Amino acid sequence: MGRDNMGLTLSSTGTNIAKKDLFEYNALKQREEILIGLAGNPNVGKSTLFNNLTGMHQHTGNWPGKTISSAIGRIKYGEKQYLLADLPGTYSLLTHSKEEDVARDFICFSGAKKIIVVCDATCLERNLNLCLQIIEMTDNVCVCVNLIDEAERKGIEIDFDKLSVELGVEVVSVIARQKKSAKLLSELSELSVSQKKIQIKYPSVIEECIDVLKDSFIKYNFNFSERWLAVNLLTCREEITEKIKTYYNIDLMQDKQVVTALKMTDKIIERYGQTSESIIDKVARTFVKKAEEISGKTVVKKQNKENTVLDKILTGKITGRILMVGLLLVVFWLTIKGANLPSELLSKTFIAGEKYIDIFLDKLNVPEIFKNMLICGVYRVLTWVISVMLPPMAIFFPLFTLLEDSGYLPRIAFNMDNFFRKCNSCGKQALTISMGFGCNAAGVTGTRIIDSDRERLISILTNSFVPCNGRFPMMISVISIFFATSMAISDVISALIMTALICFGIFMTFIVSKILSETWLKGESSSFALELPPFRKPQIGKVIIRSVFDRTLFVLLRAMAVAAPAGLIIWLMVNIKVDSVSLFSLCADFLDPFASFIGLDGVILIAFILGFPANEIVVPLTIMGYTCSGELQQVSDMETLKYIFTSNGWTAVTAICFLVFTLMHWPCSTTCITIYKETKSKKWTFLGFVIPTLCGMILCFLINTVYKILTAV
Amino acid sequence: MNELCLLSQLSEGEIGIVNAINVTGSMRRRLQDLGLIRETEIKCLFRNVKGNLGAYNIRDAVIALRNSDTSRIEVIRKKNGA
Repeated sequence: MGRDNMGLTLSSTGTNIAKKDLFEYNALKQREEILIGLAGNPNVGKSTLFNNLTGMHQHTGNWPGKTISSAIGRIKYGEKQYLLADLPGTYSLLTHSKEEDVARDFICFSGAKKIIVVCDATCLERNLNLCLQIIEMTDNVCVCVNLIDEAERKGIEIDFDKLSVELGVEVVSVIARQKKSAKLLSELSELSVSQKKIQIKYPSVIEECIDVLKDSFIKYNFNFSERWLAVNLLTCREEITEKIKTYYNIDLMQDKQVVTALKMTDKIIERYGQTSESIIDKVARTFVKKAEEISGKTVVKKQNKENTVLDKILTGKITGRILMVGLLLVVFWLTIKGANLPSELLSKTFIAGEKYIDIFLDKLNVPEIFKNMLICGVYRVLTWVISVMLPPMAIFFPLFTLLEDSGYLPRIAFNMDNFFRKCNSCGKQALTISMGFGCNAAGVTGTRIIDSDRERLISILTNSFVPCNGRFPMMISVISIFFATSMAISDVISALIMTALICFGIFMTFIVSKILSETWLKGESSSFALELPPFRKPQIGKVIIRSVFDRTLFVLLRAMAVAAPAGLIIWLMVNIKVDSVSLFSLCADFLDPFASFIGLDGVILIAFILGFPANEIVVPLTIMGYTCSGELQQVSDMETLKYIFTSNGWTAVTAICFLVFTLMHWPCSTTCITIYKETKSKKWTFLGFVIPTLCGMILCFLINTVYKILTAV
Repeated sequence: MNELCLLSQLSEGEIGIVNAINVTGSMRRRLQDLGLIRETEIKCLFRNVKGNLGAYNIRDAVIALRNSDTSRIEVIRKKNGA
């Protein structure tokens, strides 16, 4: 494979990322605020705590890998200002994946005044492993044990005073979901340096090596301990020297004292009959054993309540599949059912509002042409975006967030792993697919949770096969317009169509993943470990508020920001005439032959092209394109909408092709940019653009052709 | 009597104590991070439909691992009730 292909390897992008972070860290250091990092295992509630402390609304979810790059927030406590960084979860400082790399670099090299290690009280022992590693590295540590309410319910008791004594650092217990973090804040303000922190004792071979090595770096005055650096030079020499070169501009391999000491350590290791592999094992074992010992002294499990009943149902052979499809169906049905009425009400209100704007603009003596431009171009597209997109979004997002919060998503990944294994891709791809439902750009960034570069590329390239926030309501609206009838079960039919489309999108993900892993990205499925978090009761009130205000409004505002200029462009295209034919019809006519080839028409294709920055506006733009050139002025209900479509030549096949093309066409501009950022390769960005587009075009062509042949016979 | 078997051979509800880990490279590190080392007690909680992915209790956390990996981990199967 060429160099291009290895766009994801550490050698070509690792230093880029590091350099970028280095600038960021330097910028952070120059501020007067005190920099604090929130570190910890994945899914221990770091983001919840972060939101709680900063009052920010970083998106949280009950699954590992939700936070993929660090967020930074400000807190003021007493006289001091703090900068708090919410880091991606990491299991250890010896990292394996891209997201963990971000956390590790921050912990080790950012120069933070304090690292707060957030631990999950329900599995403290595992969490202590990372805790001990960080304590070994720096003095500025404070341990924050979260989820103590959950632990209590599970009959787990923790002796925090004893834990504090054992570790030799401050220990705070919190319930991050509740607003009880004041205690933590006061602890934070002290920022005392712990004097008597625990000293990890390694097997004698490693201790001997540390003794030989540690004096040679005292002169550098690093932020981290000499013992930690010595051990890292034994376990991951190349990586650590590379990092120190980047962050400190010091090349340890040029330091004669260090090189001589390293040669001595090689001899020591040889004398003990060890290899570098066995040294790594020994280091890892030391931490795990110490964590086990401390946990044994401080944690009491009163009863062993192990509940796998729900898991067995959710992952069962028949029940698991029925529930998976059933949940999708219910979510879509609720969305479609609930969105109809508010959609109509909204559009009626906006139409009524149009008159007033008209009168208002008249009073201001706005020339007729500008008035027309504002009302027919900008106002109508804007209001269409709101009335068509807002209701489904406001219902779908909270429902989806509830699923995210409950911890169901990793179970989906568990159920679907078999398919991914057959496609030679990673089981965690199910999680990035789920993120894609929210936003494909987020899904693409989310692929950092996948360790293998090959598998990561596969999931980047196939991520846009699931419809995102923007495309999803667009599909719902077309389905409701076109397939909803006055029949009572029409909502159920719409939900079934939607579910079938989603399943088809996921099916295409498998097919394309398989093809990719047989061609450009050849390889075997690699190992992976997926943590299945305990089920948590979602905080319903919070979820609704958060998803409506943060997600829905964010997406809506973005759509509106794009819709206004796009509406203007369409209006101009309709009204600028060349030889008495409008520019719009010229373009539409030009695209028409190709578009009809794939079952669409020129207007739809123009809408899709203009929708590149935000897919949300495609349906409103299509309606705009039809109504602006025709004599129909106002649209109030679904029946009129359907009439607009049918009078412009739409058939059931057009609607199906439209839906398939919505599911599979070029990803939006944000996603394309994100693919480029993540892969640093024009080739993969291009493929990320072309693959779904080609799939969509071919499928639409097939659907259209088959239909034509069938009707011709 | 306790017998030697592979982690992938544990059935639902069975407990095994790790005897040897023949996984190498980054997956070995990953398992160590999760606290899976020699002498660690592991319980198989449930398996997926095809049985090639298992959910295990490793130090109070539920971790899903593929059989391709667990078949390279030797465990001493604890008899039920033992």
